[in-house]
Amino acid sequence: MSSTTQTRASKFSLSMLINDTRYRSTTFQVIALIGLIFAMGYLVSNLLSNLADAGLNISWRFFGETAGYDINQMPIEYNNQMSHGRASLVGAVNTLIVAFLACVSATILGVVAGVLRLSNNWVVSKLMAIYVEAFRNVPVLIWILIIFLVMSNVLPQPREFRGDAAASSMWFDMVAFTNRGVYIPRLVLDDLGWVVFAAFGLSIIGVFAFRRYARNLLFNTGRLIPTFLPSIGILIIPTVLVYFALGSPIGLENPALKGFNFKGGLHLRLSLIALWFALAIYTGAFIAENVRAGIQAISYGQTEAAAALGMRPGRIMSLIILPQALRVIVPPLISQYLNITKNSSLAIAVGYMDITGTLGGITLNQTGRAIECILVLMLFYLVISLSISAIMNVYNNAMKLKER
Amino acid sequence: MKKTVFLGALTVAGLAAGLVSAGTLDDVKARGKLNCGVTTGVPGFAEPDANGVWQGFDVAVCRAVAAAVLGDNMAVEFVPTTGKTRFTALASGEIDLLARNTTWTMSRDVDLKFEFVGVNYYDGQGFMVPASLGVSSAAELDGATVCIQTGTTTELNLADFFRANGISYEPVPIETGSEAAQLFLAGSCDVYTTDRSALAAQRANFPNPDDYVVLPDVVSKEPLGPLVRHGDNDWGDIARWTLNALITAEELGVTSDNIAEMSAGTNNPEINRLLGSEGTLGEMLGLDAEWAKRAIMSGGNYGEVFESNIGAATNIGLSRGLNAQWKDGGLIYSPPFR
Repeated sequence: MSSTTQTRASKFSLSMLINDTRYRSTTFQVIALIGLIFAMGYLVSNLLSNLADAGLNISWRFFGETAGYDINQMPIEYNNQMSHGRASLVGAVNTLIVAFLACVSATILGVVAGVLRLSNNWVVSKLMAIYVEAFRNVPVLIWILIIFLVMSNVLPQPREFRGDAAASSMWFDMVAFTNRGVYIPRLVLDDLGWVVFAAFGLSIIGVFAFRRYARNLLFNTGRLIPTFLPSIGILIIPTVLVYFALGSPIGLENPALKGFNFKGGLHLRLSLIALWFALAIYTGAFIAENVRAGIQAISYGQTEAAAALGMRPGRIMSLIILPQALRVIVPPLISQYLNITKNSSLAIAVGYMDITGTLGGITLNQTGRAIECILVLMLFYLVISLSISAIMNVYNNAMKLKER
Repeated sequence: MKKTVFLGALTVAGLAAGLVSAGTLDDVKARGKLNCGVTTGVPGFAEPDANGVWQGFDVAVCRAVAAAVLGDNMAVEFVPTTGKTRFTALASGEIDLLARNTTWTMSRDVDLKFEFVGVNYYDGQGFMVPASLGVSSAAELDGATVCIQTGTTTELNLADFFRANGISYEPVPIETGSEAAQLFLAGSCDVYTTDRSALAAQRANFPNPDDYVVLPDVVSKEPLGPLVRHGDNDWGDIARWTLNALITAEELGVTSDNIAEMSAGTNNPEINRLLGSEGTLGEMLGLDAEWAKRAIMSGGNYGEVFESNIGAATNIGLSRGLNAQWKDGGLIYSPPFR
């Protein structure tokens, strides 16, 4: 037996690469890979030689040169004397901000709409069906523009808040809705303000610890203790106590009308709101469908079995259905998060300064370095998308069915 | 057999590559059409009319060059470009000439490897505000929200101006001029800034033009002109001298009305050289003797082009100002045809 194996191995001939099923697929993959490398190489060398013919070159020096333009939403410090690289970074942070906000709100919206669409209440389920069909069948760019134009034309101008008999007034003297965005109060931290936040952070950890304790107690002794009210208590009471014990170290800065605009407070620009809402409601419609699919993938027999054991509907959903449904929901959810991130590049339609607006817009224009800018832009979206995928895959692995 | 086909394809590809590296003039003649980059629509400067025919001040430059080179001022393929795509379109050879109110700056000329062939409109960046704001100078705009068209020199000038005056502002970048105008009308921004010619053009289209004022401040020099790629000087010369021909024609009083009569020969030798009845200027450019005559007949001389597209009689209503002939106190000046 062993001798035949040896003769086979020694008789290896080139034709086996094609004829032997053990090697064939590898052979073709190697050939395809070589072909791909040559094709890419041809494209790159073509690009370089054409650039050289036109007397141009690839240069990255512009990243260090003065940008010279201003950006309205600056989450990190920036002024027009800083470099193009810094301006790109501001844009990148802006992209991440809107992508994060939209992902969170789209998930909430999607889960609520998806669950409600399966509701036994006819009106609620039909309303959700209308929401899903209306929003996912109109391009997201149209939604961005609709929200932006409606808000800029319907909401009052800041100057209408002026005077004693003003046409518009602020809500509780704290929030102002204008056609330049929404102005909300901002937290102002005193020296000890961070202690309150630290206490809040510890409370969150405390809540998780308590729930784990309750769970272990249930599994070990079968005793069910209430978790909802104690959780809220752990979350709020220590923070409030610390807040007053330290003499209210966190204050509010309210926006106020000064000159042309409101000053102070936090300014949520119209462009951010339009982009955020449009991405959230558009993608939320898709997520709702994912959630519905996930829930319907769990056979109804499980619900009936759980009900037969005497579980209440809320517990059936949270203990039986959702943990299993998540396995179906999470993989397409990753795609939706990637879509949100990539669709956020439509920001330029409403003048939101994301990385496409700064690096791929103004910087590209002022420096004329189109190839370099687009390459970096592609790299940025690639890295962000792959990171989101990686994080969500970790979550998916934690959620997936553990076969024993 | 297969090898022959392959070699044949290689030869064709090689020939095609050879053709591409020939001059732009030959390319245009072989194509029978001039590819001209214009804006996506600025009233008076470049905009298709109700019949889909492009009209405007910048369009007239394209038409004049087409008339000079191809003998037909309608043999132009207009390629609408945005502030972002225009330079790539020109550098890649998609268009032969870019006539899209583009500001002549040193970095565009030197670093981006373009050749500005002249200035057809001397502009400057200005500000438009609602009259009810009661602002009389841009220096009073501290804290204002400013709408800007993104992807232009405007953004840099704006940043420079506010920095120089030590005042702050909130920029609202907008992709196209019409969108910016809409936001401005809705009051989403206090100020709209762009080149003063474009401000005038857009104000003319507002429902109540009198409710808005263009502030007297001019914060930048914006010499707008057509441009071509670096490296093909013959083609650059043709574009440059076609523009100069239009300017010289106005200076010498050659109009579309009297050009037929004048081209028969006059007692002014410069007119004769311009219109080709004397000298060999056309031949030097690689064109025929009547190139300039055709260019002028295409839309009239510089003054006629100005008045019919953006002049005081149109609803854009721009006065000549800096764009008057040098002998009338303006900056429009052509080197002599000699």
